[in-house]
Amino acid sequence: MDGRRILLEFVLLIFLPFVFAILVPFAYKYIKGIHTGWFVLLVPLVLFGYYLSFIPLTMDGGHAISEIKWIPTLGIAFTSYIDGLSLLFTLLITGIGSLVVLYSIFYMDKKKENLGSFYVYLLLFMTAMLGVVQSDNTMTLYLFWELTSISSFLLIGYWYTRDKSRFGALKSMMITVFGGLMMLGGFILLSIMGETFSIRELIAQAPDLVSHPYFTSALILILLGAFTKSAQFPFYIWLPDAMEAPTPVSAYLHSATMVKAGIYLVARFTPIFGTSSTWIWLVTGIGLLTLFWGSFFAVKQTDLKAILAFSTVSQLGLIMSLLGAGAISYHTTEAMFAFATYAAIFHLINHATFKGGLFMIAGIIDHETGTRDIRKLGGLMSIMPLSFTVALIGSLSMAGLPPFNGFLSKEMFLESMVALRHFELFQFDTWGILFPIVAWVASVFTFTYSLYFVLKTFLGQGKVDQLPKRPHEAPIGMLVAPMILASLVIIIFFIPNVLGKWVIKPAVMAVQPTLYGSPADIDIHVLAWHGFGSVGLWLTVAIVIVGSLLYLTIPKWQPLYKLQPAKLSLNEGYDALMRGSEKGMNRLSRAYMTGLIRTYLLYMFAFLSVTVIAVLFIKDAFVVDMNSFAAITLYGALNAVILLLSIGFVVFAKSRLAAIIALGGVGYSVALFFVIFKAPDLALTQLVIETVSVALFLLAFKHLPALNEHGETKKTKVVNLIISLSVGVMVTLVALSSHSQKLIPSISQYYKDTVATEAGGGNIVNVILVDYRGFDTLFEIAVLAIAGIAVLGMIRLRVSRKETTDENK
Amino acid sequence: MKKNNVILQTTAKVTFFIIFLFSIHIFFAGHFAPGGGFVGGLLTTGAIVLLLLAFDLETVKATLPFNFTVVIGVGLLLSLGTAAGSILFNVPFFTHAFAHFELPLFGDTELHTAMIFDSGVYLVVVGAAITIIQSIGGDE
Repeated sequence: MDGRRILLEFVLLIFLPFVFAILVPFAYKYIKGIHTGWFVLLVPLVLFGYYLSFIPLTMDGGHAISEIKWIPTLGIAFTSYIDGLSLLFTLLITGIGSLVVLYSIFYMDKKKENLGSFYVYLLLFMTAMLGVVQSDNTMTLYLFWELTSISSFLLIGYWYTRDKSRFGALKSMMITVFGGLMMLGGFILLSIMGETFSIRELIAQAPDLVSHPYFTSALILILLGAFTKSAQFPFYIWLPDAMEAPTPVSAYLHSATMVKAGIYLVARFTPIFGTSSTWIWLVTGIGLLTLFWGSFFAVKQTDLKAILAFSTVSQLGLIMSLLGAGAISYHTTEAMFAFATYAAIFHLINHATFKGGLFMIAGIIDHETGTRDIRKLGGLMSIMPLSFTVALIGSLSMAGLPPFNGFLSKEMFLESMVALRHFELFQFDTWGILFPIVAWVASVFTFTYSLYFVLKTFLGQGKVDQLPKRPHEAPIGMLVAPMILASLVIIIFFIPNVLGKWVIKPAVMAVQPTLYGSPADIDIHVLAWHGFGSVGLWLTVAIVIVGSLLYLTIPKWQPLYKLQPAKLSLNEGYDALMRGSEKGMNRLSRAYMTGLIRTYLLYMFAFLSVTVIAVLFIKDAFVVDMNSFAAITLYGALNAVILLLSIGFVVFAKSRLAAIIALGGVGYSVALFFVIFKAPDLALTQLVIETVSVALFLLAFKHLPALNEHGETKKTKVVNLIISLSVGVMVTLVALSSHSQKLIPSISQYYKDTVATEAGGGNIVNVILVDYRGFDTLFEIAVLAIAGIAVLGMIRLRVSRKETTDENK
Repeated sequence: MKKNNVILQTTAKVTFFIIFLFSIHIFFAGHFAPGGGFVGGLLTTGAIVLLLLAFDLETVKATLPFNFTVVIGVGLLLSLGTAAGSILFNVPFFTHAFAHFELPLFGDTELHTAMIFDSGVYLVVVGAAITIIQSIGGDE
């Protein structure tokens, strides 16, 4: 336990929110006076305080682990593995979680909203997230991963009476669960490769795994999971639609925690996959593409939360690309790439602080003015000065300006991307120049939309009197959480290295465990001022100039967005996929599910004869041994002729009566065969049974439909002929070859020997029926009994059948 | 339109007993010669069907006042009881027993528990077949 005594199995703490979730409905129902959120607030606060105590441990490069076995025979366990990376995420989840709960206490109305379910979902989500980041076992990681999908589905659809909420919830569910299932596939491949579910043990085996044939498949499947959850291109489309959730949810799930689960996954699996060029190309490339795409389309949005959603997409792309670049450090000793990982973790924290704050401000504006449409807003600065301050801090940090924390990480990002240009492994040298260019252009757009977000809302000519509500400053309680976040934005700018030492370096060490002995070895010291020689500084200056110009000319170039045809958007693609699969499935099942038993019989017989004949010939099983056949007798041949003639009559009969009589002929000739082949019991039974069944047919004759009532066409007749011929051929072939190849002798000798001595009988057939194998007989008479009672029931219940047919008419 | 079927009805009355006796014979002979519960049951059914053809449903119902669904149940119970009875003697389910007895009138006779089982089969066959025929025939 690395010198620290831990009092309880701290894996249980993951379930603390879960346990609280069970109690919340009671609190909601029985304690009406106090907002339920105040009880809930206890949970993240306690957890945050508790997990803070792990900082000294991870600072020295240590880790703590606690495990509860769940399915020991399969090696599945609940684990809580705390190292730098999971501690960082845990602190984010519990820290931002406390602030979000605090904010929601003022945001969610005690009387109007169903707080019971809101906090239950939120606490469920918290447990799920804690589980995702602390699990060392891939199976339980997957379990918690899906729990985040489900609880997020519930939270997005919280206002379930609105169509858009339900649509957004379903969309996010479809996409994230798709990714989750892919990830499960990846995990299973990994566990086949490494024969363990434990991530730590997999990391230890990492060098051996690279050459495994499943390696690339596992890599791509796990990345699919990470990309869908973290809203990377092209899976980001669920995130803007998830903005239908209450704002605290958007702030918590869709900016600070859930969307970072994918980032966590990539960071966690970097030690395993980081040596692969596919990984580096995919993570960096998709990350940059997402960064550019998100920032470009953010300016198009008119809804405050939609701008923030696209901005989240873009920032997640930034972090992702940095993680990809960081993985290059496995191939080179150049310090720049260790730097990239540091920048990724750093920006992750920064993004959580400023984006959480911005979402809360968007929620406040929505709450106080009644709209989130940026075209209706403006001039709120003097009315809501505190909100404006917080929004300005957040936006400028997002844009990457000093003295805010976004500046530091953005500079580090630009420098890492510039460094990629020189990199010569995996053909980076040919394409490398694209990376800094895309990154820079995307940063320009980031700057533009940050200004767009804050200035369009708070400056300019306000149409204050046209707003749905009369705006005023938010209550102080609602402002506390965003203000804390905003002050963190500034504090982190001034003390980045304290944060670096406490949290970031241990996290970097967890991402690149083989490179460092302890977090102190990471030789990175973040400076706000690198001097004029720094590339990042000049790039930032250029960003500010170009970005400001772009902002001022927005009305002139905004028509550019109209160039993209609506049909070609990714959302349209998703909708078309959903509609298409529904329609396609409908069409497919309607094409073969005709509702006619004839058709289904055709399928069955065709399939049966084709497969059996094919197997007969593929396996070379068709053998005819002429010697095993008995001699043909005269009576046998004559009887066969009679049998064939009667069968012909049955098939070609024009009237029902002729067919029934011919069928009787078939039955009696079969009875004759039994006589010829010396089976008196069978012959007797066959004779009587045939008589009774012909009598039954005749009894029911007037109820039977006329022959050929369906008016079959020539085509169906031909198809029927072919299929019946093939079934006949199949059965003949099988009978011939199974008769010719008897592998084991018959057991009938035993019956002959023992029928008198053991069973006290003389008729072997009957003794077999009632004694040796009486069991069969017992159930056959049961079948007979059921048939008799069923006929009785069918006829007695005909009254109700008549009623239903009358209704159908 | 009711025809006068005197010849048919008279013949049926006589033939019924002949067929019935034959079916009983076939049933009892089953263990040593061709026959058994199944064929015996069917032949009895045939005899009753003959009555049904010669007379009508109501007459036959009045003459043979059995509830044939109950007959099915009795038959099933008898068969299952025979099979289950072996458990009481601490032998596996469905173990039959037989012995020879010196009976008056019959002389040396083998009595076999399989015969009880077979009589269950007989009853089920008769019950089920007549139930089917009566319910279809009685349906208008």
